[in-house]
Amino acid sequence: MKKILLATAASIVLTSNVFAGSHSKVNIGIILGFTGPIEALTGDMAAGAELAISEMNEAGNFEFGEVSSVRADSTCIDAAAATAAAERLITADKVNAIVGGDCSGVTTAMLENVAVANGTVMISPSATSPALSTVPDDGLFFRTAPSDARQGQVVADILMDNGYKSIALTYSNSDYGKGLADSIDSNFKAAGGTVTLKAAHEDGKGDYGAEVAAMAQAGGDILVVAGYLNDGGKGMIEASLDTGAFDTFYLPDGMIGDSLPKDIGPDLDGSIGDVPGTDSPGASKFADLASEAGFNGSGPFSPESYDAAALIMLSMQAAGSTNSSDFKGHVMDVANAPGVQIFPGQLAEGIALIKAGYDIDYVGASAVELIGPGESAGNYREILVKGGENTTVRFR
Amino acid sequence: MVDILNSLTLLTNYIIIPGLTYGSQLALGALGITMVYAVLRFSNFAHGELMSFGAMSTILITWLFQSYGLTFGFLPTALLAIPFAATITILYCLATNSLVYEYYREKKIDPTTYLIISVGVLFFTAGLIRFIIGPDDRKFNDGNRFILKAREFKELTGLNEGLAIKTTQGITIGITICLVILLFWFLNRTRTGKSMRAYSDNEDLALLSGINPKKVVIITWVITGILATVAGALYGLDKSYKPFIYMYLVLPVFASAILGGVGNPIGAIVGGYVIAFSELIFTFAYKKVAGYLLPESLAPTGLIQFLSTDYKIAVSFVILVIVLLVKPTGIFSGKTI
Repeated sequence: MKKILLATAASIVLTSNVFAGSHSKVNIGIILGFTGPIEALTGDMAAGAELAISEMNEAGNFEFGEVSSVRADSTCIDAAAATAAAERLITADKVNAIVGGDCSGVTTAMLENVAVANGTVMISPSATSPALSTVPDDGLFFRTAPSDARQGQVVADILMDNGYKSIALTYSNSDYGKGLADSIDSNFKAAGGTVTLKAAHEDGKGDYGAEVAAMAQAGGDILVVAGYLNDGGKGMIEASLDTGAFDTFYLPDGMIGDSLPKDIGPDLDGSIGDVPGTDSPGASKFADLASEAGFNGSGPFSPESYDAAALIMLSMQAAGSTNSSDFKGHVMDVANAPGVQIFPGQLAEGIALIKAGYDIDYVGASAVELIGPGESAGNYREILVKGGENTTVRFR
Repeated sequence: MVDILNSLTLLTNYIIIPGLTYGSQLALGALGITMVYAVLRFSNFAHGELMSFGAMSTILITWLFQSYGLTFGFLPTALLAIPFAATITILYCLATNSLVYEYYREKKIDPTTYLIISVGVLFFTAGLIRFIIGPDDRKFNDGNRFILKAREFKELTGLNEGLAIKTTQGITIGITICLVILLFWFLNRTRTGKSMRAYSDNEDLALLSGINPKKVVIITWVITGILATVAGALYGLDKSYKPFIYMYLVLPVFASAILGGVGNPIGAIVGGYVIAFSELIFTFAYKKVAGYLLPESLAPTGLIQFLSTDYKIAVSFVILVIVLLVKPTGIFSGKTI
């Protein structure tokens, strides 16, 4: 018996030594909804973050050596599952920082329950709820995506410029949908438009006929669908087209993806939308790098994901530490002017400049400029669905 | 006059046609539950997943047909696949019966235990389905999408309001009528059907008069398999196939069966339509309808909606509770437990 105990104890010591050995390198967790309502987007998002990491590893001048990444599934909607996944990343995989989460609800849950409790930096590429601007985060939370408070203004501008004066507004009954819908509602009314009805739809239902019927009775020139493209948002559009209730739609960022025009077909032509994006040289550089690496770098939030991972590594270098509590204070400095501008593909130069004591201004793939509580100021790409594809009208 | 036609079109487009379609789907599901309840004497909670299993089989066979280039003209290919899918579902029903239910039936276990066993089968089937086809949305509707498009209707009649009828809606209603007629003919006119009713009415007397219970049980599962496949496939065809939807769909289906009087086939059908129409009628906004019918000075500014669509599911349960309070055996006096 004694021997067994001794052996167990010894093996525990041994294994923990092995674990400690792996600590010397840097781990970055990538927690996105690989299953669930935005699963069509998360593949390219994760690939974006991993591209930044592999670029850094190839360059080889990062002070803390090899960086490795661990993926985890946030599910986008299930807060309990996301919290458990984040907990696992921090306690079992010993990540130094997290790229994620993706959807606003799960991101808030992970931030409050896991990241703040463990003091781990989280940079989200796509959580856009205005509520995340004011969540107490101990300075640990940043996002390379803009708040929907800003998207609401952009939506109102685009609608007005396209001549839509009265809208019906449906939103996914989630933190993302509600936040965005409130912002669109107040901005559009302030711009002089009318919102005939603002009503929620539940994700994951089979039939949206009743919801669409109510929207149709309220009327409106266009249906604004603040939902998810693989879920209720798509269901609302299909049901509207089936009953002839609406034939043009406004698609905010959660609804922009290549799969939607493909699934709906020619009926979606003429619909408009927006997605965070920029015409800065960084975006096209990133798109080239991405196509070399074999994924679509112009998809929604893929550039933001690259930037989130890059910011984490550059801030670590600037702080001279991989400890979240040390480098969290350097994220804003690295991201903003003054300094030498750093674009995708130039991470090695960024590291070299920081090592040499220069200031850098990380522009990256999405023209990162962090404002207020550490969120992107927000550049948007105006979308027009034409010939079964999302085409760019202009940037705002 | 035009105003009246416009408001009628509105109601037809948003309440009557969707209600008939959804009601038919619920009725077919509820018929399956009622058959099992009448003969085997337990509430089969796995029925929703059985529908899902049937729909999944339909999809897989549809894909097979499509890969051979076999289509059904302007009708969905899935209609050709349903008979084959139903066969697979029947085999699955018979397998669960001989592996699980038969053992407990011979032991004459009480209905509550039976119900919990069916919940076990529910979870097994749900897992199996995810294992085979995955959790994603599947669209398998081909052929013409519409019998009548909203825009065409407007041009045809010159009315303000459009009326759209999807092919799948027409098919759902048509198939339901055929299937129900067949079922009643079988139950009331054939020897096997009569022996099933006898067994359901009084098990001991039926056994004494020489009816083979095993045969009755097998026939019941065959009918249940067909009903579940058709209901599941039609629902998936009309909306889109999401495996986990059927777990929620089983709630209104059960409500329909109990509302009509569980164990009573006519009750199941009536229950299905009552639930479907009440969900739509109570959550519809009558603003435009009232706008057409009332003089301009009285035209409403609000939506005139009884309940937000969020409470759609709640409507069926409120009705269920009221019916059970007033008439515990359901509208058509099914078997009381």
